[in-house]
Amino acid sequence: MPTLSPLDPKSPDAHDIATLWWWMLVAAGIVFLGAVALLVLARVRRDEPGLPLFGENERANTALVLAFGIAVPVVVLSALFVIANLVLLSDTDAPAADETALTVEVVGHQWWWEANYPESGVRTANEIHIPDRTSVNVVVHSADVIHSFWVPELNRKIDTIPGRTNRVELYAEEPGVYRGQCAEFCGLQHAHMALRVYAEPAADFRRWLTQQAEPARTAGLGGEAALGKRYFMENACAGCHTISGTQAEGTIGPDLTHIASRDTIAADTLENTPANLYRWIQNPQSIKPGDKMPGLGLGARKFHAIVAYLSELR
Amino acid sequence: MAVAVPREGQRRAERLERIWKESSGLLGWLTTVDHKRIGILYFFTSLFFFAAGGVEALLIRTQLIAPNQSTLDPATFNEMMSTHGTTMIFFFVVPMSLGAFGNYLLPLMIGARDMAFPRLNALSYWIFLCAGTFLYVGVFTGNAPNAGWFNYVPLASRTYSPGPGIDFYALSLIFIGISTTAGAINAIVTILKLRAPGMSLNRMPLFCFAFLAVSFALVFALPALTTALVLLELQRMLGFHFYDVVFGGNTLLWQNLFWIFGHPEVYIIILPAFGIATSIIPTFVRRRMVAFPLVALAEILVAFLGFGVWAHHMFAVGLANSTAIYFAAASLVIVIPSGIQLFAWITTILTGTPRFQTPLLWIIGFIIVFILGGLSGITFAAIPFDQQLTDTYYVVAHFHYVIFGAAVFPLIGGIYYWFPKVSGRMYHEGWGKASFWFTFVGMNVTFFPMHILGLAGMPRRDYTYPPDMGWSALNLIETIGSYLLAVGLLSVFVNLAISLFRGERVGNDPWGGDTLEWSTSSPPPEYNYAVIPTVSSPYAMWDREDRERDAELLEQGRKTLEEGHETAASTAVDAEWDEVLDMPSHSPWPPLLALAMAGLFTFVLLERWIAAAIFIGVMLAVLAAWHGGEPQEA
Repeated sequence: MPTLSPLDPKSPDAHDIATLWWWMLVAAGIVFLGAVALLVLARVRRDEPGLPLFGENERANTALVLAFGIAVPVVVLSALFVIANLVLLSDTDAPAADETALTVEVVGHQWWWEANYPESGVRTANEIHIPDRTSVNVVVHSADVIHSFWVPELNRKIDTIPGRTNRVELYAEEPGVYRGQCAEFCGLQHAHMALRVYAEPAADFRRWLTQQAEPARTAGLGGEAALGKRYFMENACAGCHTISGTQAEGTIGPDLTHIASRDTIAADTLENTPANLYRWIQNPQSIKPGDKMPGLGLGARKFHAIVAYLSELR
Repeated sequence: MAVAVPREGQRRAERLERIWKESSGLLGWLTTVDHKRIGILYFFTSLFFFAAGGVEALLIRTQLIAPNQSTLDPATFNEMMSTHGTTMIFFFVVPMSLGAFGNYLLPLMIGARDMAFPRLNALSYWIFLCAGTFLYVGVFTGNAPNAGWFNYVPLASRTYSPGPGIDFYALSLIFIGISTTAGAINAIVTILKLRAPGMSLNRMPLFCFAFLAVSFALVFALPALTTALVLLELQRMLGFHFYDVVFGGNTLLWQNLFWIFGHPEVYIIILPAFGIATSIIPTFVRRRMVAFPLVALAEILVAFLGFGVWAHHMFAVGLANSTAIYFAAASLVIVIPSGIQLFAWITTILTGTPRFQTPLLWIIGFIIVFILGGLSGITFAAIPFDQQLTDTYYVVAHFHYVIFGAAVFPLIGGIYYWFPKVSGRMYHEGWGKASFWFTFVGMNVTFFPMHILGLAGMPRRDYTYPPDMGWSALNLIETIGSYLLAVGLLSVFVNLAISLFRGERVGNDPWGGDTLEWSTSSPPPEYNYAVIPTVSSPYAMWDREDRERDAELLEQGRKTLEEGHETAASTAVDAEWDEVLDMPSHSPWPPLLALAMAGLFTFVLLERWIAAAIFIGVMLAVLAAWHGGEPQEA
């Protein structure tokens, strides 16, 4: 299982930031232990007035305050400022859009992530595929409230804000699955708004992209799946979800054209198995209370048929 | 130190007693303008809100004790989380520090007989009570705010938060803002004009410097919040579009306005704690503060610089690098005045001869947690790191170290320190120390693991979390810590409640305190001081000759102002004797005006505009009656 830890870096940017943290921790540790040592010294010398070595000397006292309160902090903080905010900040900046091989547009929704690949017209949700060892330009927007797109192992977070376009670079040193999560409080199901980034060798990525660009499977559906497709189109499902190549063109919920190719459902809340898919569509409110997806109460037979249909959408 | 008051002085004291007497019983409490009684009202009311915020915190921790719990549903969790923050910041820490400590102690410390505007002071309290009640009517009717204490739009707009919870939040904060502004102006005028002659600014206790800085910061910071809230309510209730991008509004306008208030607010919360620390430390280490002028300057600088750092709360919104770098630099600069104070406290303790009694223990605990909270705060000035860790539990850890550890520990230390002055009795020392250790350990067990959780990627404000993230053990430890913390805090107040009735009686000055309040009786008389005290240093109580001179003056009937309800006013900087002020006496109008305002806010909430207009009329009538009955200037 991938982690969400910024201290488990898998990109040069995340490495730099993690290294910065460890250095800050060392410096902070020295300051903290030094201050505690002075307090312990005060306890040991509780009956003796004045400083050790200097005795009762107001000028020495003031000098101590000036040294540790002003001089030392100025030096240490200046160093931190230069390293973190002048050097590292520009090093980890999102590259210009024309310098990256690929652009992915990510849109935050209550409570899922839409991902678009403008160059190929691919539209998916909650699972973003990128080629490994490639700089990817991620452009983020919001469809409703403020969210924050954050894949800590790969880079810092960036808010998705209505009316604004923000960018962040994703770069993975090695193939793997990296977890992401909405980091800005966005309402009832903020806790269940996760995502995954799949970094793959370039050839695998190309294959995935080509496959995702295909319209949904319509021919050769099994009996139950064909029935499920009918129920899907007849009911409210089609009003909220898109399945390309069919009359389902809703945009409220995730695009389901290739739902069966995804590992998870409900924004990385459940593993994508037929049993979980059934649980989810049959009563989404029991899994994500307050979610925008209603339980339609269609009855077990129809739900099973819809699951059969969705399971065919590879 | 019980000094036998000779007969002549006794007679004058009794005369002052008659002049300053207020009504007795419940009516007395309702109509009081005595800063000490108002301080006590503030104390108990804000303590109630502390308890409410504490219960909310325990519910939050109980929900998070293990993954995938459903003690609270997500809606209730969000309400508890939002109400906890709002309550603790607006209805506990600020009213407790400025309202209870400021009110009770400022006039005593500067040798005045009351605040500069006693009836305005009463009004501030009653508005605070009404505003807090207003918010909690929302909570108890199932309409608690649920968009977090900083209430970002568009989540807080009607589209995404249709219920009245956000309106309860916004209106109660506008309402209490009136109280806080009035209180801050009152404190400023009191500190600048009512200091005992001789207490020039350089002889003013550091406690007063801190409160002066806080009050100025409040006066300038609150308008930004009030503006943000008024724009929000105009949008929610009347369909304006200030924050609505679809109609050309701006989402980030809210964040900018909120944090222009919100970051100074952090220093507003913590500066009184600094002031309390600078009162307690000299008394218990038996020496004056090291680097007094630097500390005074640092207190003022912190409040001032606090206005230039707000966008460090917004590093992840996509600011231009140049903007972010400026705010990061300013945030680093503000570390310097905090560092000065920190090392001044430590050096003072080191060079003094400390007695580690309960109040000093809380201050030492404060210093330790403040260093930790300060250090984690510095890491947010490293922009790329901030962008990794913001909105995780690392932030939650940081601000609880600062706002709970560093701001509330001194408040509790101060409650122990001044308890004998206010009650005339001593608390139980053994339980006092035990309560400190419970709270100190509980605090660290609750909040320290949050740093690690944040570094392990746990976002804040999640109502639950999956079991496979490696977060479960730390969450369990934190929840256990929070229960321990609750026990520690309860033991503080149980100790004090029992001591209130059973504690040993104390004289004027059980500690060998450093400031003027220890020269008057415990509890102080209504008029505070029979003689306007003589002051020649910031440690007035340690200037024995001055205190002996007060006794002589009382005997001679000089500087006793016993002709009426009077106190002395002095010049703002040098504190030369300026004039004798006629002070107003008790009055029923402040609570009535606050009630009328509560009526106004209620009908605005209900969007009954005509009824709201009627209550504006009622307010004007009450104001007219208030001023009609005012004694004319001589």
